[in-house]
Amino acid sequence: MHAFNYHRPSNVNDAAALAAKSADSKLLAGGQSLVQAMKLRLAAPTDIVDLGMVKDLAGIKSDGKTVTIGAMTRHAEVTGSAEVKKAIPALAVLAGMIGDRQVRNMGTLGGSLANSDPAADYPAAVLGLGATITTTKGTHAADKFFKGLYETALRPGEIITSVSFPIPKRAGYMKFKNQASRFAIVGVFVADMGNGVRVAVTGAGPCVLRLAEMEKALGAKFAPESVAGLKVKSDGLNSDLHASAEYRAHLITVMAKRAVEAAMK
Amino acid sequence: MGAPLIGARIPRKEDYRFLTGAGQYTDDVTLPRQTYAAFVRSPHAHAKIKSVNTAKAKGAPGVLGVYTGEEIAAAKLGGLPCGWLITDVNGQPMKEPPYPVIAQGKVRHVGERVAVVVAETQEQARDAAELVQVDYEVLQAVADGRLARAKGAPQLHDIAPDNTCYVWALGDKAAVDAAFAKAAHVTKLDFVNNRLIPNAIEPRAANGSYSRADDSYTLYVSSQNPHVERLLMTAFVMGLPEHKVRVVAPDVGGGFGSKIYLYGEDVVVTWASKQLGRPVKWTADRSESYVSDAHGRDHHTIAELAMDKDGKFLAMRVKTTANVGAYLSTFASCIPTILYATLLAGQYTTPVIHAEVTAVFTNTAPVDAYRGAGRPEATYVVERLVETAAREMKMDPAEIRRKNFIRSFPYQTPVALLYDTGNYDATMDAAQKLADVAGYAARKKASEAKGKLRGLGYAAYIEACGIAPSAVAGSLGARAGLYEAGEVRVHPTGTVTVFTGSHSHGQGHETTFAQVVADRLGLPVENVDIVHGDTSKILFGMGTYGSRSIAVGGTAIVKALDKIIAKGKKIAAHLLEASESDIEYANGEFKVAGTDKKKMFGEVAFAAYVPHNYPHDKLEPGLNENAFYDPSNFTFPAGTYVCEVEVDPETGVVKIERWSAVDDFGKIINPMIVEGQVHGGLAQGIGQAMTEGAKYDSHGQLVTGSFMDYCIPRADDLPSFQVDTRETPCTHNPLGVKGCGEAGAIGAPAALINAITDALGVKDIPMPATPQTVWRALQQKKAA
Ligand SMILES: Cc1cc2nc3c(=O)[nH]c(=O)nc-3n(C[C@H](O)[C@H](O)[C@H](O)COP(=O)(O)OP(=O)(O)OC[C@H]3O[C@@H](n4cnc5c(N)ncnc54)[C@H](O)[C@@H]3O)c2cc1C
Repeated sequence: MHAFNYHRPSNVNDAAALAAKSADSKLLAGGQSLVQAMKLRLAAPTDIVDLGMVKDLAGIKSDGKTVTIGAMTRHAEVTGSAEVKKAIPALAVLAGMIGDRQVRNMGTLGGSLANSDPAADYPAAVLGLGATITTTKGTHAADKFFKGLYETALRPGEIITSVSFPIPKRAGYMKFKNQASRFAIVGVFVADMGNGVRVAVTGAGPCVLRLAEMEKALGAKFAPESVAGLKVKSDGLNSDLHASAEYRAHLITVMAKRAVEAAMK
Repeated sequence: MGAPLIGARIPRKEDYRFLTGAGQYTDDVTLPRQTYAAFVRSPHAHAKIKSVNTAKAKGAPGVLGVYTGEEIAAAKLGGLPCGWLITDVNGQPMKEPPYPVIAQGKVRHVGERVAVVVAETQEQARDAAELVQVDYEVLQAVADGRLARAKGAPQLHDIAPDNTCYVWALGDKAAVDAAFAKAAHVTKLDFVNNRLIPNAIEPRAANGSYSRADDSYTLYVSSQNPHVERLLMTAFVMGLPEHKVRVVAPDVGGGFGSKIYLYGEDVVVTWASKQLGRPVKWTADRSESYVSDAHGRDHHTIAELAMDKDGKFLAMRVKTTANVGAYLSTFASCIPTILYATLLAGQYTTPVIHAEVTAVFTNTAPVDAYRGAGRPEATYVVERLVETAAREMKMDPAEIRRKNFIRSFPYQTPVALLYDTGNYDATMDAAQKLADVAGYAARKKASEAKGKLRGLGYAAYIEACGIAPSAVAGSLGARAGLYEAGEVRVHPTGTVTVFTGSHSHGQGHETTFAQVVADRLGLPVENVDIVHGDTSKILFGMGTYGSRSIAVGGTAIVKALDKIIAKGKKIAAHLLEASESDIEYANGEFKVAGTDKKKMFGEVAFAAYVPHNYPHDKLEPGLNENAFYDPSNFTFPAGTYVCEVEVDPETGVVKIERWSAVDDFGKIINPMIVEGQVHGGLAQGIGQAMTEGAKYDSHGQLVTGSFMDYCIPRADDLPSFQVDTRETPCTHNPLGVKGCGEAGAIGAPAALINAITDALGVKDIPMPATPQTVWRALQQKKAA
């Protein structure tokens, strides 16, 4: 790891100001992606602005229509939250599938979204539920947030403060794990919002994406058999040592079917 | 005394220190005026080094020295030696290209050492290492062993045309060909035994220091055999007198073979410590370990089994290409030959066997012994062939094995080994019971009802352990003896310290060996401590690998104990005013036979060290004995594993539903430790078959260079193992022990692949059988 200056502000404004001071600064949330990159010498920020002491960035609130989760809320808090389990059980399940216990105790929702790893889990829920991302500079609709490989709509210096998830009628998440990393080879989030169905897939493309055909089929009838026969095209899907595009395309169908089954339980 | 200690489940003495963070590993050793090394490594698989510019690095903060291949050559440091000479089919010695400790003019694999930076801190060394500028002329690379001898393949070493290290053979080819000509059925398989990356929890580390006071060196190093490390480093590489070098392998966090070898880093830090007059420490990070530790396996094999119409084995023919990587690591040459082809008889009476092995150089990390070392590869050949043969002959896989089991011992195999003893029916019968093979059909039905596929597979393995009779090893090309040394030091008050040349890096020797000693002497196990891993304390040692510690190291200790007891009897006879021949020793007491006259062990020890009343005319004072033991034969652990899997055909995910293992390790000292060794070995074998596989791309880049892509199995990938043992004591060592450290890794892959292919109804599937691989096999089957 290269040497860097360390800052620990106690509010979001100071954090934004500190981050803006240096062109090569980085916000630090749970450090589960950033610190690894630094240890591997792939990232070498001059300044680290630690969000750990910014108290109002963490916490979970529910008003019956939406669940709002602070950016610094750890995965473990989300998976263990009685409110989340009650309002959006699939979201609690998803958070519990991220990494291992140590990762879940450190990693945060905001960090995961800002990082936008193509195989990360949270983006599937954010897009699958049509959540709204609130930042220091405004709000982003989920449909416009994920731009590409490790690329989001966030501008330099913009800090995610919270994410609001609409509460669905029912929802399910199924993840097919990479054996080694345990990130998603394919993760499918299916949500019946009452006024329509959303299906979001992570792991398969450069970033999380929606599947219109499946949404339509499930909108007509929310049942596993509605998607079981739908073949997904492999064009443009990720292909690597662990899974070819063709295998991923196949897994999307299988995971979608199982996510619907989970949602109906 | 209480219950016998041999066979007791005594908790491991070493665990308190390991579990509470009191272990002392090489990286924990920080010496006064410590400095730190970072290696610059090649990013290319094959390239000429046009120039190395170290000016910037030398000027970086904290930097004390930067050394390249040039300085190493100028210092006349030799290359790393290979410890085993293989003679090829034409009677020529294998090709041994120079293996410099820092690259000289050319790099031949990603991760090869190109320069080293030494600085005040580790981070300064790493920062400065990034400033070393190397100008490479990139060359074409070859990583796949199957392509190494192809026309036009890039050539690695001038002295090894066609990248060939040797072509070696064992067995009677004419007899094998004749038997095949008469066979009623031939089963043939063509497969790869996948390359593995050892990944000990503790990465390699070395801390060298030089003392100007007496012109001596001390090297702390994460090693499995400190004396061998010292011998190779002093005599062959650095030209130092052995008595001026101390090598300490303190607590070592796993080795699996990868820490047997002398590595360039160990030499460089030792050498640099004299250049700088300060100790130099290097600890690998995980990424470095992936590219620079010796890897394991990597065979391509075509194997055939000839049978008569009843499934009786007539002959076996095996042709293997072994990828040894870019250079010959310390024991690389003997693994795919001496430790592989000699095991091809397995548990069977196959009368004739011929094996031909071609070892090739490629632009990959060197390949050497890895848990099992040659024997997993052999077992995979034999047990995949046998199971496939049973399917093709429509015979029960257990029956075809029983039909061919060796039942009369000693048994001379057609591939050089002489099995002293064994009882393969016993382990097969027990494994079938443990696995409830009788209930399998019902379980298969239940799986099918859920839309799942179920399969069952066996592996009946044998291994040669207790390496080795030195004379035999020597006649086969070993450049070292393979005995072991032990010393028993009885202290004046009767407690005991034992010094062993074996090395424990996870095996639990501090407990097992103490049990042996305490049992023989009739003392509480707390009164015995085991010391290992320091050339300044231990008289000599060949170290730990090949499941040899208890069979060879343990026997050396027993021999020393016999001397202690013999001397103790003499002392006791004097003290008890009896004839020496009337003294019996049992339960910690020297007794005059048939009387109640006795002396406790502690009293005799005390008399030896406070010799007021002592037979000075006949006996020296003191009670300290040592012994060397050179075994007369290998030991032959064997067993049967039965694996049952359930496959999800939709995703290709394989779940191991049951795993039953019955091993015959001869006499068992501590069943709990043995079970732990079996569990660990099984986990590694399952890893090879299902999750692990080192992949280089066609440019020689390691694609699986971290835990993100190289999958070591986790606890939840594994079933709850059912393990049991049968005891057929080894006939030629006093403890009757055979060794247990590698069995799991040897037997597991074949059992698992046999189960998976059974479930899928396919002839073969490549390892690792990942979900994608399984899914593809099912797609292909559907398409066919
Ligand atoms: C072993 C391991 C396994 C893992 N497995 C999974 C898995 O299965 N699924 C999965 O989804 N993830 C997995 N992860 C990643 C994990 O979820 C990370 O926590 C997450 O990707 C990043 O969150 P973080 O809080 O650690 O962010 P950090 O690492 O601290 O930061 C990541 C990036 O986000 C930026 N950032 C952080 N917070 C904000 C903010 N509020 N506003 C703007 N930018 C911000 C940082 O500057 C940085 O660029 C794994 C990680 C590890 C180490």
